[in-house]
This record gives sequence, structure tokens and C-alpha cells, in this order.
Amino acid sequence: MEDIGNLFHGFSVVLQPYNIVLMVVGIVLGVIVGVLPGLGGANGVAILLPLTFSMSPTSAIIMLSCIYWGALFGGAITSILFNIPGEPWSVATTFDGYPMAQQGKAGEALTAAFTSSFVGALFAVIMITLVAPLVASFALRFGPAEIFSVYFLAFCSFVGLSKEPPFKTVASMMLGFALGAVGLDQMTGQLRLTFGFETLLTGFDFLIAVIGLFGIGEILLTMEEGLSFRGKAAKIDLKVVINTWKELPRYWMLYLRSCLIGCWMGISPAGATPASFMSYGIAKRISKHGKNFGKGEIEGVIAPETAAHAAGTSALLPMISLGVPGSPTAAVLLGGLLIWGLQPGPLLFTEQKDFVWGLIASMYMGNIVGLIVVLTCVPLFAAILRIPFSVIAPIILVLCAIGAYTVHNNTFDVVMMLVFGVVGYFMKKTNYPLAPMVLAIVLGDKAEESFRQSLLASQGGLGVFFSNALVSTIMTLGLIALFWPMIQAGLSRLRGGVKGPRTAA
Amino acid sequence: MNETADESVGAGPSQRSVEIGVAATIAILAVIGIIGAMRVGTGWSAEGPRAGFFPFYICIAILISCAINLAHIFRSENDGAVFASWGQINKVLQVVIPTAVYVGIIPYSGIYVASALLVAGFMKVLGRYGWAASLAVGVAVPLFTFVAFEKWFLVPLPKGPLEHLLGY
Repeated sequence: MEDIGNLFHGFSVVLQPYNIVLMVVGIVLGVIVGVLPGLGGANGVAILLPLTFSMSPTSAIIMLSCIYWGALFGGAITSILFNIPGEPWSVATTFDGYPMAQQGKAGEALTAAFTSSFVGALFAVIMITLVAPLVASFALRFGPAEIFSVYFLAFCSFVGLSKEPPFKTVASMMLGFALGAVGLDQMTGQLRLTFGFETLLTGFDFLIAVIGLFGIGEILLTMEEGLSFRGKAAKIDLKVVINTWKELPRYWMLYLRSCLIGCWMGISPAGATPASFMSYGIAKRISKHGKNFGKGEIEGVIAPETAAHAAGTSALLPMISLGVPGSPTAAVLLGGLLIWGLQPGPLLFTEQKDFVWGLIASMYMGNIVGLIVVLTCVPLFAAILRIPFSVIAPIILVLCAIGAYTVHNNTFDVVMMLVFGVVGYFMKKTNYPLAPMVLAIVLGDKAEESFRQSLLASQGGLGVFFSNALVSTIMTLGLIALFWPMIQAGLSRLRGGVKGPRTAA
Repeated sequence: MNETADESVGAGPSQRSVEIGVAATIAILAVIGIIGAMRVGTGWSAEGPRAGFFPFYICIAILISCAINLAHIFRSENDGAVFASWGQINKVLQVVIPTAVYVGIIPYSGIYVASALLVAGFMKVLGRYGWAASLAVGVAVPLFTFVAFEKWFLVPLPKGPLEHLLGY
């Protein structure tokens, strides 16, 4: 029950007028970031991160996490009105959202999408409130081997659960580790992989990588596709909202299922995008109206939006309790913690109570504020997309450059940003996933440190990773996740093999 | 094979060749990494694993996965898929080249003047806007960022001769 008290303390922190203003600013910026192609949650937060250097960590995380919630909400607007997913996790929302808008039911679709996002997020936040302190107190007992095993599990899940070819995922992840290793070695204080270049002394900053890979890369892709925005009019009035809300409770089963899928996928680093597709697919199979999916079925909007938001929110659970981010955006937030001088991980819950509970309280408040903001301001946000890309694109480029510069006040970083942008374009086009690379750059040092410390303790024996029940369980889970596609194939063959002789007999 | 390639929307470099290029580039980076790791030592010392220990095995893993990816490309049949048509590549270059120039002149001109040129030039050339509109937006964007960053958030951005002339 101590946690409930802490939560209320968190609310009192969040409800200070200054923090409420930051919250609204964050949500509005986030929705804009979510609406614009080329600016997503991850690089939006990365670009705006330097603005928070002078704030207190609690105010800073409130604003940045609200940008994240705003971006999650914003993706739905463009999917439904323009048939253009502003974010990858809202691709599945276009399947039924846009047909609904074409039938003149844009208002219903938007209301359903926003409300579903809200429900998904709320479910995930409640789960975080209940589970995160337990996980954190459990994780306090972790030694280096256990910590490494958690990283191992996180990265293996990427390989096993990703849609991309597994060896492309491995290549891009390991490339991230290699880039993260450049510069000063944390343990020996030795310089490595710098080849005498002074600019490489500090290594590759993941914020620069995020802004380049996701921001610049995305603009290049958008340019190539030659997008022209032809949107449906957005009108939401109170009557539509209330009528839609009356209808929604009927779909409680769908909500529950989508929330669970979202939370599961969010905690494992698979993230919001596969969660939304999986939820959509399962809803289509189970629903009575399954045949209507793709033609403007409201359930086809509810399922992906609920799951995407639940996943996006629960991605913060491993970040605050273990220090392992569940998504690229969570990784950027984690980078923020390091910059503000906080050590992410289980100790946060005991040493930075204000910060952690302020963050959790801001998840509740941020989503309520977000729901109100998006419901009332949809036409405004839709108008942003009517600004031609030839005006928006250079402005986004300027913002990315400013964001990259302000990380270290270094103009060379801006050059690196462009290099990462071109790299991101090629990687995206050849199906190398970017998220594991970014996470590897962020976590590289910590993963390496825990790995080397464990080896040091065991004098080089790899047996240390299977030395007790806890660490062996996590490592085994990691191995299962790593080989999941093969295990799945094997299981279905086994089932087929068992069936075969039976029918023959 | 050639017929299917001709039937596609527009000619351009094949997906296959770009895939090979990307895999080869990553492999080269891995080799550079291995050389760098070997310079600082990949074995054990009195304080445990040396600095190059972790990067060395990471880069070995990159090499192995690149080899598998390359093998996969060579084993699969060439389906004649195009990476992007020349027209599309042209469009991408229309963004990359001005941005490269922009990034290159920031240290000398400051970020505000460079941004004004980028926005105005982009609108004039790619958006085919008139001079008035292009210049108006081109000046407004850096002015706004100046107020937002230097005044509100107190984050200094790179400045050049123009700003020095104005006394900043």
C-alpha cells in the first residue's frame, strides 16, 4: 500500500501548474510530431531532449513522456483521414479507419481510435503501477550475470520476434554494439576503435543516430514515394463522440484481448507495431464481423489502436524497473535519464521516488490530457498535413540539425546525422531493422560492462551465466526467444508428424 | 529475366545489387572493427578482458551474419526487383545534396543563415513557390528558432558573421 501513497505523492508533483503546462506543451508537440511524416516519437523526443537539460529531471521526463503519448495519439489522425500512417504502429489503423472516413464516418473512427488508445494506455499504466515496483525490488538482487542475462533476453527477443530476416537483425544489432564500443572503454579507460580521429573520442552518440536514422532517413523515404496528401474532412462534435462512446462498451472482450496483446508485446522489445498487427489479425479471425474487416469496421480500428497504445506504454515498464528500454522511444527516454544524471534501473524506485512516481502519475494525467486535446483539436492537427511537403521537409531538416547540434554543441554531429540518415535510408530499403541497432548503441556499454564483470568473477568461464536458477531461467528464455522461429516450425512439424501416423492407423 | 525488368514501373539499380552493397559495406566495417579491436588487445590481462575483447567478438558476429546474408542473396533467384527507379533516386538526391551543403556551411555561416537558405531554396526550387513566399518562410523559420532557442530555452546555437555583426 506504500505504493499507493507514493502514487498520490506523484500526482501532487505532476499537478503543479508548471508541470501541467509542460504536459500540455508536450502533448501538442507530440501530436504534431506524430502527424508529420519524417518526425516520429523516437526522433521527436531526441530532438527536443536538449531543451530539457536545464529543467529538473521530473519536469523533463513529464514533458518528454507526454511528447511520446502525443505521438501515439497523433499517428491515428493521419491514418484515418489521409490513409497515411504517421507512425509505423498506426499502419493497421488505416485498414478500417480510412474506409470509415470515406463513408463519412471519420468522426466515429477518430473517436473510437482515440478512446481505444486511451483505454490501452490506461490498462498498461495500471499494470506498470502494480508490477514495476515488484520487478524493481526483485531486480535489486541482480548481480552482473543476471543483469547481462536480462540484456541478452531483450536482444534475443528482437531476433526471434522480428519480421525481418534474423541475420539482418543480428547484423544491424551487432553493428549498433560495435558503434557503441567506439571511444573510451569504460572499464580500462583505454581508447579503442578511434583510429586516431579526435572526433571519435567520445564515440557515436545514440541521439545523433536516432535523429539521423529515423528523422532524415524517413524524409528521404517520403521524398522517394512522392507523397501527396489528399485527406478527408475532419469533423468531431460532441454528439458523435457521445454516440460512439455509447457503442464502445459492447466491445469489452476485444479491448481486454487487445490490451493483453499490447502489454505482452510492449514488455518484450517487439514493440507497438507488431502488437497492432497481431491484435488486428486476431480480431479479424475471432470477430463475428470478420468479413467486414478492411471495409470500415469499427472493431478494426479499436483492435490495433488499443494494442499499439498498450504496447507503447508498457514499453516503459522494463525501462523504469530494469533499465532495459522496450522500444526506441523508451531508449531515448533512457538516454535522457543518463544525461540528467540518473542511473536507470531498479535503484530508481528507492533513490528517486519523486522522479519515478512523478513519471507514473504523468502517464495517467498525460493520457487524460491527451484524449481531451486530440478530441478537441483534430481539425487543427489535420490542417498541418495540408501544408505541402516542400515546405515541411526543409523545416524538419532544420529541426533535426538543431537537435543534433545541441546534444554536444558540436557541428560535426550534424554531419554524422546526415551520414546516419543516408545509412538509415539504405537499411530501411533493404529490410535491416533500425530499432535493435539504436537499442544496441544505447545499451552497448552497459551490456558489455555486465558481461565483462561476470567473466571477471568467473575467471572467463561462460558457466557463470548458468550458475544459479534465476540467471539460467532468464538465459534459457533468451535462447528460446532467439530460436523461436525454428522452435515454432519444429513444433508444427511435430504436430503434423504425430497427426500423420494416427490418421494412417 | 530482362523482360520482367523492363515491364516494371521504372528502370533503376536492382534490389539485389543494393542488398549486396549494403551487406558488403557492413562486412567492411566489421573488418575495420576487428583491426581496431586487435590494436588494443582482445585477450586477457591482469584486470580481466582487455578493451578489444567485446568489440572483437561483436565484429566476428557481424562478419558471420553478413556472410549468411550474402549467401542468401546469391542462392535466391534474381527476381528483377528494382531498388528504386532513377526518377525516385533523383528525388532523394534532391534532398541529400542540399542537406549536405547545408550541413557543410553551418560551421562557417552559423545555423540561422544556413537554415534560411535551405528553407527558401527548397521551396523555390522543389516547391516552385515565388520568391516572396520562399523568402518570407525562409526568414521566418530561423527567426522563430532564434527566439525559441536563444531566448526561451537559453540554448545557444552556432552563429556566424551575420549574428556577430548584429551583436550576438
